[in-house]
Amino acid sequence: MNKTLKTFLTRPAGIVGLILLAGVCAIAALAPVLYPGSPWNMAGMPFARPGEAGMVLGSDTMGRDIAAGVMHGARVSLLIGIAATAAALVIGVSIGAVAGFAGGGIETLLVRVTEIFQTIPNFVLAILLVAIMTPSIGTIILGIGLVSWPPLARLTRAQVKSVAQREFVQAARCQGQSSLSVLLRHVLPNAISPIIVTGSLTVAAAILIEAALSFMGLGDPNHMSWGYMVGAGRTVIRQAWWMSVFPGLAILVTVVAINLVGEALNDALNPRISRA
Amino acid sequence: MTLLTVDSLSIALPKGADRARAVSKVSFNIEPDQMVCLVGESGSGKSMIAHALLGLLPPMVHADGGRILFEDADLLTAGSERMRSLRGAGISMIFQEPLTALNPLKKVGAQVAEAIRVHAPRLPKAEISARVKELFEQVGLPDPARLAGAFPFQLSGGQRQRVMIAMALSNNPRLLIADEPTTALDVTTQRQILDLIRQLQRERGMGVLFITHDIGVVADIADRVVVLRQGEVVEQGAAAEVLHSPRCDYTRMLLEAVPGKGAFRHRPDAPEPLLEIKALEKTFVTRQGMFSPPRRVVAAENVCCRLDRGDTLAVVGESGSGKSTLARMILRLIEPDDGAILYCGRNVRNMNRHALRNFRRRAQIVFQDPYASLDPRLPVGESIVRGPMAFGTSRHEATAEARRWLDRVGLGPQAFGRFPHEFSGGQRQRVCIARALALKPEFLIADEAVSALDVSVQAQVLDLLSELKAEIGLSMLFITHDLRVAREIADRVVVMSRGRIVEQNETQALFERPQDPYTRRLLDAVPGREFFAGRSAPDQSQFLNGAIA
Repeated sequence: MNKTLKTFLTRPAGIVGLILLAGVCAIAALAPVLYPGSPWNMAGMPFARPGEAGMVLGSDTMGRDIAAGVMHGARVSLLIGIAATAAALVIGVSIGAVAGFAGGGIETLLVRVTEIFQTIPNFVLAILLVAIMTPSIGTIILGIGLVSWPPLARLTRAQVKSVAQREFVQAARCQGQSSLSVLLRHVLPNAISPIIVTGSLTVAAAILIEAALSFMGLGDPNHMSWGYMVGAGRTVIRQAWWMSVFPGLAILVTVVAINLVGEALNDALNPRISRA
Repeated sequence: MTLLTVDSLSIALPKGADRARAVSKVSFNIEPDQMVCLVGESGSGKSMIAHALLGLLPPMVHADGGRILFEDADLLTAGSERMRSLRGAGISMIFQEPLTALNPLKKVGAQVAEAIRVHAPRLPKAEISARVKELFEQVGLPDPARLAGAFPFQLSGGQRQRVMIAMALSNNPRLLIADEPTTALDVTTQRQILDLIRQLQRERGMGVLFITHDIGVVADIADRVVVLRQGEVVEQGAAAEVLHSPRCDYTRMLLEAVPGKGAFRHRPDAPEPLLEIKALEKTFVTRQGMFSPPRRVVAAENVCCRLDRGDTLAVVGESGSGKSTLARMILRLIEPDDGAILYCGRNVRNMNRHALRNFRRRAQIVFQDPYASLDPRLPVGESIVRGPMAFGTSRHEATAEARRWLDRVGLGPQAFGRFPHEFSGGQRQRVCIARALALKPEFLIADEAVSALDVSVQAQVLDLLSELKAEIGLSMLFITHDLRVAREIADRVVVMSRGRIVEQNETQALFERPQDPYTRRLLDAVPGREFFAGRSAPDQSQFLNGAIA
């Protein structure tokens, strides 16, 4: 574990990503301290430029503080990104692992199901799911999770299939270990690196889908989110750039940070790199 | 005039490598019309020298001393333009693995034509294709016109290597570098390719630098031998001289380590069958698309053989003969189509999950590739303890047992917490043996267990296996493509070809009186057989009497 951490910390990408991500997390954590009120409340005059009227990042068309919105939005974005990815991982990895390891009819069936999900454009499906289930944090997480698992399932299946062919897996089976133990202790750990990397990209994608849903007005109405802010500021972008740029930058920084961390994690989890 | 002079060449490795220099102060000459063999074990730096000659060293690696003179031009200081005109024309190279050395998406004829066109851009098309055909004929490819239009994957390994040779010869090079060109090939194909290279070298009066790890190959073809060890030349001279009266201990060790020279093993009396295989059948069917007929590969056709308790049975055959499939079918890693596998009288094919698990405990396997058969993410000790723990041994006990086995196979108990990539190939294979034996099996399958190892390491692992076999009364099924190894370790030998058993007999009888023409062909193709036959003292002359008869 120590060595994994050490390798992670020798990667510049990992450090930069971690610092950025820590920044985003700190923003999320500090939001209720620095801006105790609701981000939906009016804080001053509308269309205040950044720095004007005591608002660091300015205000939006209704006079709400952009800085408060960005900080509170970080909570929603991170929560949804991580929870939705966790949901997608649970679904995708289990389906992929079972399909890849079992083979035969089970595999065909699971692959077909995955393909059905893949043929539906995932954003459209997400809109549909969230609209049907009425928008709330829970339904958004579920909706994004349900549209994000097919690539993970396909990747897991391919990885599991190739690792299961390797001789050390056959050796483990010859040692008398049960199928489940072989799958969980030998196959999955060796298949996991690209899944983690794709998983980190999925966090980023989930944040983007959430932003897009909010942008379309399908966000949780009780929570301020970056996507909603970009959507609300979009109409006046030529007069008041700051309304969409700051939440947009927040999305960009978070997504980049997560990708960098994922990349460094990939190196760190590979014993040939980390323990050389 | 000397064709190539390598003068105290040193090649520096980047920091953090296992030694500072890949090769240091290496000097040798190649005359025109001379076959020079560069022999050494893996990691001796022999491929680095070949790559340095062509200016193809990997990044971070560079020559930091000495000279390479090719017809009086120093290749180390030559500009890239000059090197480009030399590569393929003055000096050309054939590689170990012809499948990866050929472009998979281009027809082989076109690839050879390209090699010609690069150095003679103005040659008319018709002339180039005539030249390609002529080259294909020279390297003994059947039906050159048709094969020129084939893709690499449509050719056999030997044919692909012939294409590589045709490409290397396309511009009449003065020096040919052959980097382990037969290592990836079957023994009979190896024989053909060796003969071809030798014949072409004589016809054209080329200088050839032949890189190999197999001293048998050296004995067959070399005019001059350069023995390399850890980047240093330990001995060089005329082939006959070096091979017959080696001055250096290392050369002597390499010669001694070649398996298949000792006395034949004799089986105990009153054999009791442990494993009987009856009429085993397996055909792999691959669908090739909706309309073309499926491809059928017969891996086992009416395979019958038996292994007696305490015996070692070697299964010998070329690649694709179905020998590895046989091993995997015995352990039911692959399900056979038909037939019976009786282990102590019980049919393995009818075993339920529970019985199969217990059977697998008693029957263990050591795989060919020690790099692939250990979980790279687990310390080796962990890989070993999981087997006994799956059968209810406590972690504490299993750990103690694993340490004992690691010690027994010569790695020392402190190897327990180290990861597979920290070990060399031979050490990994020892770990695999420890893993198999930690379950206290009575039957061990060794699937090409020593094929990926250097000859000296191979000898050590074979010794270890025979020691352990005597110590704990193992019965062994030993799968190998190398007849020399089979002869060294087996009591009985089964020869397989295309899924069928063509011959099976006691080792001595099989080597002394091979019945089937295929067996005879295999025996004839063993590299260095004449040399080793001539070399062995009377008491060791079994190989002569046996293999060569």
